Order: sequence, then C-alpha cells, then structure tokens
Amino acid sequence: MEILMSIVIGILFMCATYLILSKSLLRIIFGTLIISHAVHLLVLTMSGLKRGAAPILTDGVTAYTDPLPQALVLTAIVIAFGVTAFFLVLGFRAYQEIGTDNMDEMRGTEGND
Amino acid sequence: MSLLHLAILLPFLSAVLIPFLFKGFRNIHTGWFVLLVPLVLFIYFIQYLPLTSDGNTVTKTFEWIPSLGIDFTAHVDGLGLLFALLITGIGSLVVLYSIYYLAKEKEALHNFYVYLLMFMGAMLGVVLSDNLIVLYMFWEFTSISSFLLIGYWYDRERSRYGAQKSMLITVFGGLSMLGGIVLLYIMGGTFSIQELINMSESLITDPLFVPALLLILLGAFTKSAQFPFHIWLPDAMEAPTPVSAYLHSATMVKAGIYLVARMSPVFAESGLWLWLVAGFGIITLFWGSFNAVKQTDLKAILAYSTISQLGLIMSLLGLGAAALHYDQLDDNIYMIATIAAVFHLINHATFKGSLFMMVGIVDHETGTRDIRKLGGLVNLMPITFTIAIIGSFSMAGLPPFNGFLSKEMFLTGMLSVFELDLFNLSTWGVLFPVLAWIASVFTFVYSIKLVFKTFLGKPQFDKLPKKPHEAPIGMLISPIILVSLVIIFGFFPNLLSNSMIKPAVEAILPSLVDSGQTVDVNIYFWHGFTPELFMTIGIIAVGALLYATLAKWQGIYNRIPERFTLNGMYDAGLSLSEKGSLRLSNAYMTGFMRTYLVYIFSFFVAILLSTLLIKDGFAIDTTDLAPIEFYEVILAIILVASAVTVIFAKSRITSLIAVGAAGYTVALFFVLFRAPDLALTQLVIETVSVSLFLLCFYHFPRISRNIERIGFKLGNAVISVLVGLTITLISISSFSSRSFESISQYHIDNVYDLAAGGNMVNVILVDFRGFDTLFEIAVLAIAAMGIYAMIRYRAAGGKEE
Repeated sequence: MEILMSIVIGILFMCATYLILSKSLLRIIFGTLIISHAVHLLVLTMSGLKRGAAPILTDGVTAYTDPLPQALVLTAIVIAFGVTAFFLVLGFRAYQEIGTDNMDEMRGTEGND
Repeated sequence: MSLLHLAILLPFLSAVLIPFLFKGFRNIHTGWFVLLVPLVLFIYFIQYLPLTSDGNTVTKTFEWIPSLGIDFTAHVDGLGLLFALLITGIGSLVVLYSIYYLAKEKEALHNFYVYLLMFMGAMLGVVLSDNLIVLYMFWEFTSISSFLLIGYWYDRERSRYGAQKSMLITVFGGLSMLGGIVLLYIMGGTFSIQELINMSESLITDPLFVPALLLILLGAFTKSAQFPFHIWLPDAMEAPTPVSAYLHSATMVKAGIYLVARMSPVFAESGLWLWLVAGFGIITLFWGSFNAVKQTDLKAILAYSTISQLGLIMSLLGLGAAALHYDQLDDNIYMIATIAAVFHLINHATFKGSLFMMVGIVDHETGTRDIRKLGGLVNLMPITFTIAIIGSFSMAGLPPFNGFLSKEMFLTGMLSVFELDLFNLSTWGVLFPVLAWIASVFTFVYSIKLVFKTFLGKPQFDKLPKKPHEAPIGMLISPIILVSLVIIFGFFPNLLSNSMIKPAVEAILPSLVDSGQTVDVNIYFWHGFTPELFMTIGIIAVGALLYATLAKWQGIYNRIPERFTLNGMYDAGLSLSEKGSLRLSNAYMTGFMRTYLVYIFSFFVAILLSTLLIKDGFAIDTTDLAPIEFYEVILAIILVASAVTVIFAKSRITSLIAVGAAGYTVALFFVLFRAPDLALTQLVIETVSVSLFLLCFYHFPRISRNIERIGFKLGNAVISVLVGLTITLISISSFSSRSFESISQYHIDNVYDLAAGGNMVNVILVDFRGFDTLFEIAVLAIAAMGIYAMIRYRAAGGKEE
C-alpha cells in the first residue's frame, strides 16, 4: 500500500511541477494546491498506514494509528489553506491591476530593470 | 601611549582641525598651519639619529587588541628612521611649495590638507609599525588618501580615471599582502616583524613560505609601481603637482621598497626572493626608462622615470640579498648592492622631488606641460633652469652630483653578478648588467630631453597659454633646498654614510651584523679606472648619440599597437569583466518566473538523485507493507486522473472541478487511513477553497474564462517526470529504511492520564503541541488581514475606496 501511495504521490508531484512551470498564474495556483495534497499524503504514508484503529481512545483497543503525523497534517492543511487563499486573492488583484495572468508578461516595468 | 605613538598619530589628530582653521582664518593660507606638523615631526625624528647610528633601536608598545596579538608597536631602527625623515622632511618642503602652488581663493584647501595629513600619518605608521596588521592598516590608509589626492580635482574625467585605476591596482596588491601576512602568522604565530626575523631559519622550510613570499611581493610590487603593475603611476599624474612630488616620487611609491627591505631578513635566504625582486626590478628599470623617452608630457616623463628608478632600487635590494650567502667573505661586495639601494633611495627622493617641483613651476608659469610647446625658457626662468639641470644631471648619473655616485655603485652591484655562483645566476645573470647599462642609456636620453626641450631651443611663446616669467621666491625655496642637498650629498656623501645609510643597511641585513661583519660605508668620488667608469663613459657617449638622432628612431614606439600595451590590456580587461558579468547575469537572470523555477527544480532533482545514486541509497523493503484494497486502488486512479485532467483542461471551470475532485479524493483517503479529523477538515477546506476559486472566476472578465490549452513543452515534461520520480524513489527508500520507532506510543499511553482527553489528534494539537496551533492561528489571522488589505486598499496612492 505504501509503495502504491508513493507512486501516486510521485505522479501528483509530477503534475504539480508541470502546472507550476506553465505560463498561467491560475495553473500555478492549482499546482501549489496539488503539491500540498501530495505532501499531506506523503507525511501520512511515511508513518505507515492502517496500523490499527482511528486514534480515539476506545475501550478494548490496543493498536492505534500513529496520531502524531495526523496532527502535523492538520496543521499543514490549515496553513496551506491560508496561504492558498492569500495567493488566490493576490492573483486576482494582480489580474485586476495588470490585466493579465500570463507570467511571461509580468516582468516588471522598464524603470525597474 | 608614548610620545612616539603620538608623533605617528599627530598628522591624523591635526587633520581634524584643518577644516576649522580653513573656515576661521580665510585670510591666511591654511598651508601655513599645516607646515608646523611635518616640521615638528622632522625635528622630533632627528633626535633619534644618534641613537640609531650607534646601532640601537627603540620599541614602544601600545596595546590595541591584545587578545588577537594586534598591538600598535612602534619600532624605530635605521631603516624606519630613514623613511620617517624622508616623509617628514620632504613633507615639510612639499607643504611649503603647495602654499604657493595652490591659490587660497580658488582651491578647496581644507580637503587637500586633510588628505595630505592623512597620508603623512599613514606613511609614518607604515614605516614605524612592527606589527604587520597595523602596518597593513596604515598601508591601506595610504592607498585611500592617495586615491583622494589623485582625484582632488574630481570634476575632471582623467582625475577620476587615474584615481580609480590606482585604487584598483594598489588595493589588489594590499589585499594580497594581507593574505601574505595571515600566512606568516600561521607559520610563525606572531604578527611582529622582529620576532618573525628571529625565526626566519625555520620559516623557510614551511610549505606556506613560498605563497607568503609571493603574496607579500605582490603587495610591494603594486605599491611601488613595478612591472607590470606600473601602469597606475603615469595616470596618477592628474593629481596636483605637490602631490605627485610627495606621494608619487618620494614617499608612497617607496612603501613597496620599504616593505621589501623590511621583509628581506625573513625571506632573503630563498633564491626565489632574489630572482623575483632583482628580476622584476631590472625589467621595470628597463621598461620605465625605455618608455620615458617617448613621453611628451613633462610629468609623464617623470612618472616613467620614477618607475624606472624604483626598479633600480628594487633590483639592488634583490641582489643585496645575495650577501646573506657569503657571510665569510671579508670584502663583501654584495653588501655594496644594499648600500647602493639605500643611498639611491635618498638621492632619488631629493632629485625627483625637486624635478617635480620644477615641472610644477613650469606648468604654473607657462600654463602647459607639453614638451612640444615649450622651449627657450632659459633666459626667462634662470633659477628654475638651474634646478632642472642639477636635478636631471643627477638623475642621468653625471658627476659631480649624488646620482653619479649611486649609479656607479649600482653598476658595481650589477657587475658583481658575474661572481655569484648560486641560483643559476652565473648563466642568466649576465642579463642584469646588460639591461642595467641599456636602461642607463635611456635614462640619460630622457634626462637630457627633459631639460633641453624645455629650457633650450627655439622659444615659441605664442603657443603658451600664459606669458612665462620666473616663479615667486616662495615656490622656489623647496626645490632649491632639495637641489642643494643633491650637491651636498654629491660632494660629501659620507655625511650620510654613518648617520643614515649604515643603520639602514644593518636593519636590512641583521644576520650579517649578528655574525660579526661590519657594514663599512665609504663612498668615494674617484675609485680609479674601474669597469664602472668606462660603462658610465659609454652611457654618456651612446646616450648623447641617441639624443642627437632622436627624431630618426622615435618611430619604433608607434610600432606597438594600442591594444597590446599594458594600459590597453588593463582597459580591455576592465571593460571585458564589466561586459562579461553583465552578459552573464543577463544570461541567467531572464526575468521569467519559469526560468528560475527550472533552475530550482533541476538542482533539486540533480542533488537528490545524484546523492541517491552515489551513496547507493535506494532501498525497497516489502516486509512491513499494509495490504492494498480494492477501494484504495479506485481512489488512487481517481486522484491521478483528476490531477492529469487539470493539466489538459481547456476551460478554467473544468480544471477547477478537477482540483476539487482531487481534494475530495484526498479526504476519502483520509477516511480510509483512519484519520477522521483530517477528513473533516479536508472536506470543509476543500469546499471553501473551491468556492473561493469560483468567486474569483465570477469576477474575471468574460473573455478570459477560457484558458488556452497548456502548450506541451518537452523540457517542462522532463523536469516534471524527474521531480515525480525523485519523490517516489526517496519516499520508498526512506520508508524501507526506518531506524527507530515512533514516539507516538507516549501520546497514546498518556492521552487520558495526563491530558484528560480521548481524541489523540486533538489532544496533541491543543495540549502536547499547543504552540504549533497558536501560530497556525496567527498564520490564518495574518492571511485574513492580508486579503482584507489587498481587496480594500488600491494601488493608486493607497486611497481607500
């Protein structure tokens, strides 16, 4: 299972990288979203999957899934959301001000060269 | 802090007062106040003469940074005192001269004298410091103050060019020297020159000895304008003439000579030192005198002549090092070379200083320094003419002036090469006397040219900007004093021999004195029909012939194309490095985000994959894997499919839905992986994110609703595949090679007992690792405020809408 997940995560990274290298700002944001999904899955996978019950104290259960990576991923999800939201609005505002979402056209002004 | 330290620092301290004196006493030329400083110092240093001539030294230490071994140690011996007297003595004369040269109404005198005093103090510090780091500090002070003085008329383009050039070259050398100093410290464990001299026997076998030698010499050669670093000196002639007279003939350019003489006891046992110092000296001597002949600007002639004379002194110091290898000879002829070097050092300071001042007078009174416009000034400026003729005849090495004496001794030193049988000198050494003789011929030619073309010949006063007349007496005092010294030292050279030359030579060759040899300085005018005398006669005869036929052979100078001259190479090198670095940074800094991302991803892949390969780190372990179920395979396919859809989607809405699908699949994965809190959060956040995206799309203009299909780029595809591959390989390897168990058992065991909770993830978030959560909240708050600010405040002047 972990090897399958590693391959899936690799494919997600591949797609995300391809998106990030594209010209459109929106695609880059999609790329970062997919990359964050891949990272969250990676953290979970690396601690071993399905090694017991959900980490909620239940009578009669001795084996639980590792709770620590779940806590880490939870923090990461929230932070990724905050950053994505900020990034999205930034892209939107940039589009409003500059009039393009093509990264090749965003190269500063002559004065800044 | 002793009086000696105060004496070294006096110029710096008095420099602080100069601007106030300049502003406060507008009627009095500021130079008169400045004049007191070198005069007082000169008298102070004279008092040391009896001390050093008896072979004593004075050392005073002022602790500066004792923990690093850096103390301001002032050490007065024969060599240091000789330089200190030159610096203060010629300093006084130059200040006196500058009072008449620079008009108090037109010039920024406060700047001038502040820089000049700074330079004087720095120079005193260089020659009287025993600690190498302090010496280096003063050394760089001379570079900086020289830079300021060359660029004194900063509104002229040539001044700025000359100042920059001299700065680049001398600071390059200074930094090399610092490297040499550090190497010496590593070898000897001390910064003190005297202590290093005492351990010179053990230093020579150190593997760092040769690098240290080369680096120190690089510093000395750049400062003293030795070939091929001499190119800054002619351009430094844009400075006011008193500066040229002081810095670029008598003092600063001799700092390198001083350094070579001072470090001789440390390095001179090595044959490399002898060859490098003597070899570069003789090449500089020849090249400088050869080039001086073609110059048409009076100061340029003097600049090249200074280069050539510095080469002469340098080559003598190099050959003098041979004396160390013959400490059993009774009549040590190589010591003559060192004596000649010291003697010529004094002589050169006197006649070159007076010649610069003479040129300054000519420039001041006629308005030009161009030799082609001058001529026939002898009747109008008889005193200046007398100064010029004494100075240049001494420079040419004619009797009865002091230049003759030192040139004879120089030739003796060069001829003694034939008797050396060490370091292969017996084969190639023959070049030394030959080059020395040829260079002396050229020296004769340009010295004669300097006087005759300026003062004799046809008067052409219509070409001059001013009507020429004799200079005011104040301007003439300093050069008259200097040429009187030329004559006095010429007739009574033994005035100097015991008081100054002997202690200086003893300081350069201390091991000889220790082994019981006496330095016997006896300089005579007439020493019989020696080979040197015939060489001098030959120099005069051939020189006169060459001068008479100058017009016929002058053409050879134009044969060398500008590109291949050293100046041309310096300029080309400078502009090449500027253009090259511009082209380089333009080449890789394209301004496209994609390019930089390609760099980042490529390095990421290259470093990780190569490490994996080199360290043979790939491992796969199938013993501890969780079983694969049908649901998970389906979910994996959906996740991959939705990610791929994002790439190939034509419209924004499709890619958005695909991204949402991927997010929800991840949430389902969380369910299967027994992470209920994660699944909940992921579902909520994915929903909010997708609605946020939709909100943005709604506001996007209609035309751009459809995005064009992503173009297929092979480079991007290769990088992406490699990134994916790297992640997969590394995650498989790291999962397969775990070294220790998780710490989670602690959390599982104690979640109820210690934290009174059943949900382990939540207890970790708010109890065990609550700080993470606190700052995660802060991140969200900042993101929210940032989004609010971005939407609310517009770019145009930051006005609120």
